[in-house]
Amino acid sequence: MIPREFDYHAPQSIPDALGLLAQFGDEAKLLAGGHSLLPMMKLRLAEPGHLIDLGRIRELQGIREDGDTLRIGAMTTENQLIWSQLLQDKCPLLVEGARLISDPQVRYKGTIGGDISHGDPANDHPALMLALGASYVLQSASGERVVSADDFFVGMYDTLLQPDEIMTEIRIPAPAQGTGYCYAKLKRKVGDFATAAAAVTLRMQGETVQEVAIALTNVGACALRAREAEDALRGKTLDDAALAEAARLAMSICDPVEDQRGDVEYKTAMAGEMTRRALSTANSRATH
Amino acid sequence: MAASTDMLEREATLQGLGTSRLRKEDARFIRGKGTYIDDIKLPGMLFGAMVRSPYAHARIKSINKDKALAVPGVVAVLVADDLKPVKLDWMPTLGSDVQAVLADEKVCFQLQEVAMVIATDRYAASDGADMVEVDYEELPVLVDPHKAMDADAPIIREDIADKDEVGHGKRTHPNHIFTWEAGDKDATDSVFANAEVTVKEEILNPRVHPCPMETCGCVASFDKVTGQLTVYITSQAPHLVRTVVAMLSGIPESKIRIIGGDIGGGFGNKVPIYPGYVVAIVASIVTGVPIKWIESRIDNISTTGFARDYHGIGELAADKDGRIKALRFTALADHGAFNSHVSATKLPAGLFSICTGSYDIPTAYCRVDAVYTNKAPGGVAYRCSLRVTEAVYLIERMMDVLAQKLSIDKAEIRRRNFVNADKFPYSTSLGWTLDSGDYHTALEKVLQAVDYEGLRKEQAEKRAKGELMGIGLCTFTEIVGAGPTKVCDILGIGLFDSCDIRVNPTGSAIARLGTMSQGQGHATTYAQIIATELGLSSEEIQIEEGDTDKAPYGAGTWGSRSTPVAGAAAAMAARKIRAKAQAIAAHLLEVGEGDLEWEIDRFNVKGNPAQSKTMKEIALAAHTGDLPDGMEQGLDATEYYDPPNMTFPFGAYVCVVDIDRFTGETKVRRFYALDDCGTRINPMIIEGQIHGGLTEAFAVAFGQAIPFDENGNHLGNSLMDYFLPTAVETPHWETDHTVTPSPHHPIGAKGVAESPHVGGIPCFSNAVVDAFAHLGVTHMDMPHTAFRVWQQCKALGINTR
Ligand SMILES: Cc1cc2nc3c(=O)[nH]c(=O)nc-3n(C[C@H](O)[C@H](O)[C@H](O)COP(=O)(O)OP(=O)(O)OC[C@H]3O[C@@H](n4cnc5c(N)ncnc54)[C@H](O)[C@@H]3O)c2cc1C
Repeated sequence: MIPREFDYHAPQSIPDALGLLAQFGDEAKLLAGGHSLLPMMKLRLAEPGHLIDLGRIRELQGIREDGDTLRIGAMTTENQLIWSQLLQDKCPLLVEGARLISDPQVRYKGTIGGDISHGDPANDHPALMLALGASYVLQSASGERVVSADDFFVGMYDTLLQPDEIMTEIRIPAPAQGTGYCYAKLKRKVGDFATAAAAVTLRMQGETVQEVAIALTNVGACALRAREAEDALRGKTLDDAALAEAARLAMSICDPVEDQRGDVEYKTAMAGEMTRRALSTANSRATH
Repeated sequence: MAASTDMLEREATLQGLGTSRLRKEDARFIRGKGTYIDDIKLPGMLFGAMVRSPYAHARIKSINKDKALAVPGVVAVLVADDLKPVKLDWMPTLGSDVQAVLADEKVCFQLQEVAMVIATDRYAASDGADMVEVDYEELPVLVDPHKAMDADAPIIREDIADKDEVGHGKRTHPNHIFTWEAGDKDATDSVFANAEVTVKEEILNPRVHPCPMETCGCVASFDKVTGQLTVYITSQAPHLVRTVVAMLSGIPESKIRIIGGDIGGGFGNKVPIYPGYVVAIVASIVTGVPIKWIESRIDNISTTGFARDYHGIGELAADKDGRIKALRFTALADHGAFNSHVSATKLPAGLFSICTGSYDIPTAYCRVDAVYTNKAPGGVAYRCSLRVTEAVYLIERMMDVLAQKLSIDKAEIRRRNFVNADKFPYSTSLGWTLDSGDYHTALEKVLQAVDYEGLRKEQAEKRAKGELMGIGLCTFTEIVGAGPTKVCDILGIGLFDSCDIRVNPTGSAIARLGTMSQGQGHATTYAQIIATELGLSSEEIQIEEGDTDKAPYGAGTWGSRSTPVAGAAAAMAARKIRAKAQAIAAHLLEVGEGDLEWEIDRFNVKGNPAQSKTMKEIALAAHTGDLPDGMEQGLDATEYYDPPNMTFPFGAYVCVVDIDRFTGETKVRRFYALDDCGTRINPMIIEGQIHGGLTEAFAVAFGQAIPFDENGNHLGNSLMDYFLPTAVETPHWETDHTVTPSPHHPIGAKGVAESPHVGGIPCFSNAVVDAFAHLGVTHMDMPHTAFRVWQQCKALGINTR
């Protein structure tokens, strides 16, 4: 539980951070809240020679509204998400999701940017981002690009993020008024990752589903978008049969790894159950 | 009137027996002023980091230290060969076996200690540990204890393969440790053969770990000039450690000082002697500088003092009215690679024979077979006096199994079998004498408090709707306070305990005891006992434990023995002082001793209470020349107390759960715990102990387990998987009590800290199984995780809509 020796750098600006990244290359790791990276370093699963702490960079902070888009600095902590009145009003799904991440101590330090960049299928933000149709701003010495959450996650700990890039911002199109939402997460205890979880956004027209997004946590190599389930629901009434079918289709894309939380069968079933629950709750919260 | 108000006030100032005074130690702890092992920093101190085996069973072909020694800051690398010249490569265990201090030629469990790297700081030590190159040759691994005695099972302990016993009778296989029996086998078999009804169930107590907040560690400091060895150590039994270290090292016991300091939780995990301690001591003896060794969390869960791993079979024979005629319990005990579990010499399976519980069972037989496997050694830790949890779990589960078989209500089956209050002291068919009890009263009080009938009605309605609701009962009898020296010893040392009290001239006092608090509040409760016995304020009675240079010899704190044994010693030592005080008072008042009577804090002349001497006045007088002829100065006493019997606390618990059949999650809706621990010293501390014990019981029942794969690799040994409930998961506890004093304890007190753990675990399991009882389920093994409960739902076909 003792990490290897490393050098610590605390740049004050994005260009400085990018400069350090260029200088140390593979030897360097960006440090955000440290709650994924430091445990790996303590177990010596990660042994970077240089840590570049993003904590002093102002531009990476803050939550603001820009027209119909919510713009969240990558270094915004979970607690800052939870405490944000703007998000509470405009994007309560993100607040609900952040509240279910780990425990209060972790939420004081862990950041949304770190949670996404890490590429861990057990993390909660990736599925939330998929359900919200988010995109990410990735900056490198040669400029910035914006990639959609749908494309970003490639596989286990594998994303579009390049070693010379920093994620600077998360952009979320503010869900329309009346959008139903829910993050249903099954976990063993406070501080645990999901056995399975489902993020849902839902727009209803009367009793029929107009638009729906469903994304799943920790039942595949990365967060999964349950597109077939979404397609099956559009234009339907959310009755028992529709819920059962959505759950079945969501389960059909699951490929979880067995661990102490349960075996493949259980986790798959729980992804279905969480999908069903998230849809029901989202429906009860949506304007009809 | 005035007199009685005055008496009440005097009584109140003592803050003695029965008051919920605040804990004296807490001001220190909550302000961060505790001194735990890692707070100890000595000049020139070096750090030790352990190199551990990645394999559960492998031969060590070679160890190369060169690269490690080249790491800046690394001072030395110790392996088994380095310990041989001082004959410390192997050590005796507290279970009559020997254990490799550092693996000698082979490793027998994953993360076994192979080498210790000593360096100038813990970072360098860790870097060095990474660079020790060990060449292993993997061997076949034995994980399943049921296969341990197979003819072709891999032999784990080659060092003792030719020994036909390891301290506890004849062995029949190289992986066999002992077979222990109690009761009358033939008589039991014949009752079973002719019984109207019999029930049988396989019941596992899984391998768990108490996981105290502070892991194990020590700072060993040997002074080459004086030959004095001082060891700061996380030990629940410092005197036993001193004796073992003396036996091992050859250093005279008088030159060894063991200091317990503050301990961040023990629960039995900190009774044994661990290789880390021994290597740190050797390293300090060799280098002449202090050596610190501190375990990581993963090391703690993986290698030190686990609990249980008892694979039981419970059987009851009864008549058709549910009256039990005989009990037959057997268990296969997985002790891991070394028999290092703490056991009294004559009780290798501990107090397992308390398994007749609270019931009047005329005939009984029990047997335990212990075996070696490729897992870490241990077995008796975790808030339990040596296998009582296993025993109580079996009987309390089997009571439910029998009730279900006969369709008798689970409260009623207990009523029909309880030992009646008028039968105490009651001799069980397995040889214990239960000191006191009143089981019917306790159960009825609890059933009424929770409206048991109403709950059963609600359950029937829920079942009709397809919902799962369970009601668990547990009416346990505990056995604590090891123990009478004629029954209990460790390494030949009897399990008495001690108290040494010195009263100062101004009427304050200091008392030292052979026990060792790990959070139980000894500084408060012992002071309260002495306060009431001596009529001095508990606020001014200082309690010290754990420093072997200061405290009288005792066997430490584990198995709820502190109040039953050392608490008794405190009362008896105080009584010796009071007897001397009475003689002094009689001298000062110029009356005969028989003319005096004790009243709260003073001796009054009978019939003339205006003539009196307070304890404070007597304390001062004891330090003057005005004493009876021939009497020495001072007001001190020491008591070594050998209890005549164990104490037998009991309780009645009810738990109500609701189970989500689609996720398998269990919600504990209600938990009502009535405990009877005899005389109550500090009700607030008792309540705290019960909350803690129930929380740990909840943890065991619903999530804790140390799982392995078939190669002996750990699958869940960090806090990511090992279930430590937070305040969010922990149910709300309702507590209650009755008071049935122990007839043989000086103040009538019994132990309490283990009861909620021992009684809580079966209560939770009984509730979970009860939720499925109408579907024909008679038993489900722990832990009742959502996953496992869902599997039960699935097996019954009730997990889908
Ligand atoms: C006990 C525990 C329980 C947890 N439970 C949960 C849970 O239930 N759900 C959940 O979602 N998470 C959970 N986590 C993880 C936690 O939320 C982490 O904080 C999060 O995964 C990583 O964010 P961080 O800010 O701590 O990033 P760090 O740990 O600092 O970094 C993680 C990785 O991302 C990279 N990185 C960080 N920021 C950037 C950036 N701006 N641009 C490019 N790369 C970057 C780092 O280089 C590193 O590789 C848990 C953690 C712990 C310790």
